[in-house]
Amino acid sequence: MVLFKRDKFFSLKDMNILSVENLSKTYRSGNRELTVLDQVSFEVEQGKTLSIVGPSGSGKTTLLGLCAGLDVASAGSVRMDGKALENMNEDQRAGIRNQLVGFIFQNFQLLQTLTALENVMVPLELKKRKDAKEKAKELLVKVGLGDRLTHYPNQLSGGEQQRVSIARAFANEPKILFADEPTGNLDTETGEMVENLIFKLNEEQGTTLILVTHDLELAAKTHQSLHIKGGKIQEAIHG
Amino acid sequence: MVDWAWSIKMARREFRKTGVKLILFVSAIVTGIAALVAVTSFGDNLSKDIDEQAKELLGADLLLKKNQPIEFPEIEGIASEHALEINFASMVYFPKAGDSRLTQVRALEGDYPFYGTLETIPVNAESDFRSGGKKALVEKTLMAQFDAVVGDFIKVGNVSLEIIGALQKVPGQTGITATVAPAVYIPMDQLEASGLVQYGSRVNYNHYFLFPEPFELQALIDENKELWGEDRVNFDTVQSQKESTGRSFENLSNFLTLVAFIAVLLGCVGVGSAVNVFVKEKLPSVAVLRCLGVKALDIIVVYLVQIFFMGLLGSIIGATAGALLQFLLPIVFSDFLPVEVTVQLAWGAIGMGIVTGVMISILFALIPLLKIRKVSPMMTLRPDDQSTNIGKDPLRLFVLAGIVVFILLFSFFLLGKWDQTLWFTGFVVLSFGALWLLAMGVMKAIRTFLPISLNYPVRQALSNLYRPNNQTVSLLATIGLGTAMIGTLFFIQDQLLDEVRFADKEDQPNMLFFDIQSNQVDSMKTVLEAESLPILQHVPIITMGVSEVNGLNKKENEDLEEEERRSRSFYNREFRVTYRDSLINTEELVEGELIPYTSASDSIFVSMEEGYAERNHMKLGDEIVFNVQGRPLTTYVGSIRKVNFRRVSTNFLVVFPDKVLDNAPKFHVLITKTKDDKASAAIQNTIVRQFPNVSVVNLSMIVETLEDLLGKIGFVIQFMAFFSILTGILVLISSLLISKFQRVRENILLRTIGADRKVLIKINILEYLFLGSLAAGGGLVLSILASFLLSFFVFEIAFTLAWQPLFLVFGLITALTVFLGYVNSLNILKAKTMDILRT
Repeated sequence: MVLFKRDKFFSLKDMNILSVENLSKTYRSGNRELTVLDQVSFEVEQGKTLSIVGPSGSGKTTLLGLCAGLDVASAGSVRMDGKALENMNEDQRAGIRNQLVGFIFQNFQLLQTLTALENVMVPLELKKRKDAKEKAKELLVKVGLGDRLTHYPNQLSGGEQQRVSIARAFANEPKILFADEPTGNLDTETGEMVENLIFKLNEEQGTTLILVTHDLELAAKTHQSLHIKGGKIQEAIHG
Repeated sequence: MVDWAWSIKMARREFRKTGVKLILFVSAIVTGIAALVAVTSFGDNLSKDIDEQAKELLGADLLLKKNQPIEFPEIEGIASEHALEINFASMVYFPKAGDSRLTQVRALEGDYPFYGTLETIPVNAESDFRSGGKKALVEKTLMAQFDAVVGDFIKVGNVSLEIIGALQKVPGQTGITATVAPAVYIPMDQLEASGLVQYGSRVNYNHYFLFPEPFELQALIDENKELWGEDRVNFDTVQSQKESTGRSFENLSNFLTLVAFIAVLLGCVGVGSAVNVFVKEKLPSVAVLRCLGVKALDIIVVYLVQIFFMGLLGSIIGATAGALLQFLLPIVFSDFLPVEVTVQLAWGAIGMGIVTGVMISILFALIPLLKIRKVSPMMTLRPDDQSTNIGKDPLRLFVLAGIVVFILLFSFFLLGKWDQTLWFTGFVVLSFGALWLLAMGVMKAIRTFLPISLNYPVRQALSNLYRPNNQTVSLLATIGLGTAMIGTLFFIQDQLLDEVRFADKEDQPNMLFFDIQSNQVDSMKTVLEAESLPILQHVPIITMGVSEVNGLNKKENEDLEEEERRSRSFYNREFRVTYRDSLINTEELVEGELIPYTSASDSIFVSMEEGYAERNHMKLGDEIVFNVQGRPLTTYVGSIRKVNFRRVSTNFLVVFPDKVLDNAPKFHVLITKTKDDKASAAIQNTIVRQFPNVSVVNLSMIVETLEDLLGKIGFVIQFMAFFSILTGILVLISSLLISKFQRVRENILLRTIGADRKVLIKINILEYLFLGSLAAGGGLVLSILASFLLSFFVFEIAFTLAWQPLFLVFGLITALTVFLGYVNSLNILKAKTMDILRT
């Protein structure tokens, strides 16, 4: 295990799928300024796994959002697959997300009006894949929901919904997968099953995984781990 | 570029789950579109029918009319048919009922109408009537009023005539004209015997002509126009009748279309508000789609496609309902229609209704839909994330401006005049704006000032008005505007009637006898005095014309430049003047003074009515030479009077001083005051029996006629306002259903912490009581303002607030809102506590 000081980073820049440099996020409320992320830098290699851990309000989710291009930083830069996100508008970032990124959320975030199959088809259709239906079906079978294809989210249990969410996240074979507390809303047993599924698919597809979690056991399973507190990296652990 | 294929596919998928909700949203536009299509279809059909039945409107090719006997031998020579109708106002006495009424007596000679027929029951009554003799055809409404049947007798002047038929339809006549002046047809050979055409009687001589085909009528008119003008003869042709009737009905139809358009707008406010709630519910899904890499425009298109199809569906349902509804309109408008309306599908109107519905529902839905542009994908991680201020989106302001432009263009299309268009658009924008401000103000006030000490159900009900996803604004706007329309109608109707009834309150005269010959005055006075009725006024009336004004006769006036020329009607008019040296209580001197005539060497100073003097550019000192039965009489304008024409009194444009016209041939008017309607009826019948040529106008008849008239007009407007109220109800129902889930959650939460059924019902009822009373109150304030403006500027009457209709409308609208809210709450209360855990 190698210990890193904050702002110091893994090298091998050529192999990095994500490079974060001096990233800060400040919110303004009246005359007050609140810095939720303060000059954070790190890099992640293609195919590796990284966990972001820290107490509530430490800035984990903000960091995840900025890395995934869901939000814009107040300062610093995020390069995803060599492309600087800060120079892009929301629609351009949406295009990048569709091409490179997959998401798994704590509260599953399935489209309630679509069936399990259709939820998984969406990213494939956006990529104009002709085999969207077959590929989505294949993924759902892989996550053990072959018999739940036409079910709507409210007809599925929490674990099942998260498995649909995983299938959707891996559908467009993303280069990088962001997961926000993927087991946070699940019981231990289901949580473990979902964890295994994520790591399995991650390995199969060679996807980079970046996950936010409170669960130190889960964090320990990743190649790298960032411990954040008060918006700053307290320590970065390379396993 | 929009990914149409994907967006439409997504729209289709979304629709499976949310379609029911969206159908509910667009239901709000159904009633408005139905009204719009019904009215425009009806208008289209009516205008076509007026064109096709134009000849029946006039009943002849040419009508020449004058208020003195005249012959047209040359035209009779070239015409294939000629008929003469002499008509005048006169009392008709119904002996069986022992009652009488002022009617329009029409003595007919010839086969008029040449186009169309005098429709009678029995059908053969018309041909029977034309054979002459002591027979009459009487308007059906008049017969109904006196319970008269065919075979009964009426007394017209000195003759007794048998009613041989009830008149169903007369060319050009509508239910409204029959209300004001019901017609009684008598054969020409009975006219003289009736003794009704005497000096001073206002008699019209209508000559109807039919010409052989082909005939160049315009050439005949061009040739004679000037001559007719000099002889004070007016003319009407099929074309002119068609134009004037078409014009008035186009105005009516456009007015009603505007009323229907307001209902559409109200519906669209409902759609916009419902879509707003819908979009708020959809924001998390939108954020997920943004995460998955979908462009904002593609997502907007997903929802816009659904709104488009729902708008289309709503408009088609509305248009179908409207097309069916127009079958009902001929009944609603029956009193106004001079022609038979053929009801058929007017595809133009249906198309316009559908296009309007779709366009306006999309425009109104766009305002909330544009929020989607600003949804941050961060909402997936933080549901409360609102990184952009949605309210300040300039594109939304652009859409709002688009809506105003649409209203402006649509109303201009109907009204054709920019000033009226701006008034209408201003009214709509201001009304919506006022109600919006009221709603926002109320919500803000409740948030700021709601006292914690207030009784809990009251406090909870009030705070429900600003719960998330509330529809307070849209409900206030829709129900409020509907109330405003109905309220204005009630107030104006009441105000007009009150203005007439006022006469009775202030010991004003309420009965007027006219057409009294000089030799009847004394005996009439004796009869009135015997009944202890006061002679409040005795007014002699002399008819005369004008031959010169300031030294210019009619011909010389015609030769002047247009701007210097006085109106031709001033020279053509037959003036009915009186003489006295004092003002009566309906008059007020505004300029000059009443100068008495004391000796033959004095100049004669007349007094002129203010408005008439103004219209004809007459001022103090102007010289007028009157022609009194062939004798010229030089006078000067000595004073200008303001006259209140709204009292039961005789009012004159010109008043002479005493003693000048003592020996001129004249007739008389006597004015009295009876204690009540019964006394009025009794004296009226006595006078009609003893003096058949004397006509009577009494206040109760005027009130009755006005009530009848306003009732008929009011019915049409109420019918149209009904659509606005119905739209308001639909918006209310849809908002109740939209917020049902939220209400269920709230109720279950309250039940969990110990609120019983009674408290929950109380909260629900109170919420709708507040909502309904605010909407009704806001609408009524608007209607008071509108009534005030209408009273002041249009009807020129003093504005008084009618409390009775005010409370009635307020109570009804509030009760309806509470009722619907209560019914909905019963449904919500049925939800089981466990249900919420499973959702």
